[in-house]
Amino acid sequence: MDAKLTLGPILFHWSVDVKRDFYARIADEAPVDTVYLGEVICSKRAPFFDPYIEEAAERLTRGGKKVVISSLAEVMLKRERKSAADLAEIETHEVEVNNSAELFHISGKPHRIGQYFNTYNAETMRYLAGRGATHFSLPAELPRDSVAQMVEAGAALGTPVEVQVFGRASLALSARCYHARAHKRHKDNCQFVCEQDPDGMKLTTVSGQEFLAINGIQTLSHTFVSLLAELDDMKSMGVSHYRLVPHSQDMVAVATIFREALDNKIATQEAESRLCALGFPAEFSNGFWHGVAGHLRMTGTSAA
Amino acid sequence: MKNAPELVCPAGTPAAMRTAVEAGADAVYCGFQNATNARNFPGLNFTPDEMEASVAGAHAAGTKVLLAVNTYPPAGKFDLWKDAVDLGARLGINAFIVADIGVADYIARTYPDIRLHLSVQAAASSPEAIRYYCREFGVKRVVLPRILTVPEIKQIKTEIPCEIETFIFGNHGLMVEGRCSLTNYVTGLSTNMDGVCSPAAEVQYLRDDDGSTTTKLAEFTIDCFSCTDTAGYPTICKGRYRAPHRDDSYYAFEEPISLNLSALLPDLIAAGVDAFKIEGRQRSRAYVRKVVAAFRTAVDDVMADRPPMLADLLALTEGHKQTEGAFKTKTWR
Repeated sequence: MDAKLTLGPILFHWSVDVKRDFYARIADEAPVDTVYLGEVICSKRAPFFDPYIEEAAERLTRGGKKVVISSLAEVMLKRERKSAADLAEIETHEVEVNNSAELFHISGKPHRIGQYFNTYNAETMRYLAGRGATHFSLPAELPRDSVAQMVEAGAALGTPVEVQVFGRASLALSARCYHARAHKRHKDNCQFVCEQDPDGMKLTTVSGQEFLAINGIQTLSHTFVSLLAELDDMKSMGVSHYRLVPHSQDMVAVATIFREALDNKIATQEAESRLCALGFPAEFSNGFWHGVAGHLRMTGTSAA
Repeated sequence: MKNAPELVCPAGTPAAMRTAVEAGADAVYCGFQNATNARNFPGLNFTPDEMEASVAGAHAAGTKVLLAVNTYPPAGKFDLWKDAVDLGARLGINAFIVADIGVADYIARTYPDIRLHLSVQAAASSPEAIRYYCREFGVKRVVLPRILTVPEIKQIKTEIPCEIETFIFGNHGLMVEGRCSLTNYVTGLSTNMDGVCSPAAEVQYLRDDDGSTTTKLAEFTIDCFSCTDTAGYPTICKGRYRAPHRDDSYYAFEEPISLNLSALLPDLIAAGVDAFKIEGRQRSRAYVRKVVAAFRTAVDDVMADRPPMLADLLALTEGHKQTEGAFKTKTWR
């Protein structure tokens, strides 16, 4: 099967200019098949880039990419509920659902299920597919053996399965903004302090261990997930879509490395050393995939 | 005329269930000894035989039994959840508390006559999210996340076709439940898939030379306490950490503090809350007896328009500190 590379939604609060430049470059240079647009984490950030989504979508489409609009992971406030209702009316692009409030509106029409919606088993896939789900992006913590079974179920349902292979893993969502809290503010007067941290704010333990990354209401892993060494296994089990989570480093280079690795143009070792050379602020991890602590990196025979 | 809300109480063991029933619980919630429920801790929960005897005992006293099957079965293990549901149905439990769509669908199709409650683990925090589960699976009650203010709860009540259950006492959950993989990131055991949060087997209390205590979960330090402080249990979201622009370590997520909504009971009843949930299946029988009895009296007082007396409950809260969390004000966010 043809392995597709996708670029997930930008999770962090990047400025409008940074996002416009980012998508322009992705459109022209990145070997990705699908790009997910839209604010997933914080509805307060959405008004900044929303006016430019169509422009970015058009540019990406001209660059040969498929564009999907991702919904908010958390829906509680009036503006978030309205956003959920509005998104279900979009006809120009597919929508990726990250919350059951979105599902309430879109059920019955074709849609994708996102990483922030809890799809843990084939029974859930079957139910959702029966109501219009066409594609499943799985939670970051699912281990290999479960993914393998869901890929099999997806093949029977005709619904592709997407797995995150690069970038910080989402570990938790909250109603409280931890970025604002760190700056002794609260969500309503946050002054968008999250913009200071394009890959999240580093949390260190009192013993000095680098531990987590804060992104507004979201908590992510400090480590960057990289499943380069697992790609062959994933391909042989039939995973069709491979998601890169955008970070502030060179994502065109990241996409190129993963594309070449998927196409077996470069060996794992070379891919890993090229990825390493891009200078990420953390170690790589693959623990979730191997069913062990997510922060761990399993190598060689221990990872087999 | 106000409707009396149901008092829903924790039953981590058969003994705790008897205690809660005796102390005046209208309903108890419990789970089997495996990953099918969100409190899969060593020494807690029920064997099938214990469940059979306990359900019979609770029913004889007129108390309902709600079975928590509220974790997310990872592909390959779904049968364990099916078995828990089948067994619960056979034993005559009064409702299933569920979060996973596959599990909800199985129950709705197989046991359409048994009530379905939507677990807080489903994280349904808007009227549309709740209505989705009502429409698709006939959910009769939603357990609301601990992130809504009383006015927001009141508003939600007018927009949904099912009952509302809210937490009123116990652990103050911070992360959106059912969306937290922090424990799995540190230990390899998942809150969603294994029902485990900060497992005791991975906890260490290390006494330093200066008399301070460092608490760790697996290899990560969660907090450090001076010799005059009592070291708290190392739950990741209640630890102290350092951030780049802060001089000292701080509670990055929340302080170790308990939820206590006793003062808001009249407001919650007026908002239309149908059931009050007391958290704490991991707590002792003495704790369960005291908290359940206090809230039994309090709810009865409110229903009879008497002022509720709940001062004693402070002694039972975590670190003797309590909060009304998000319920009182949205500046909590």
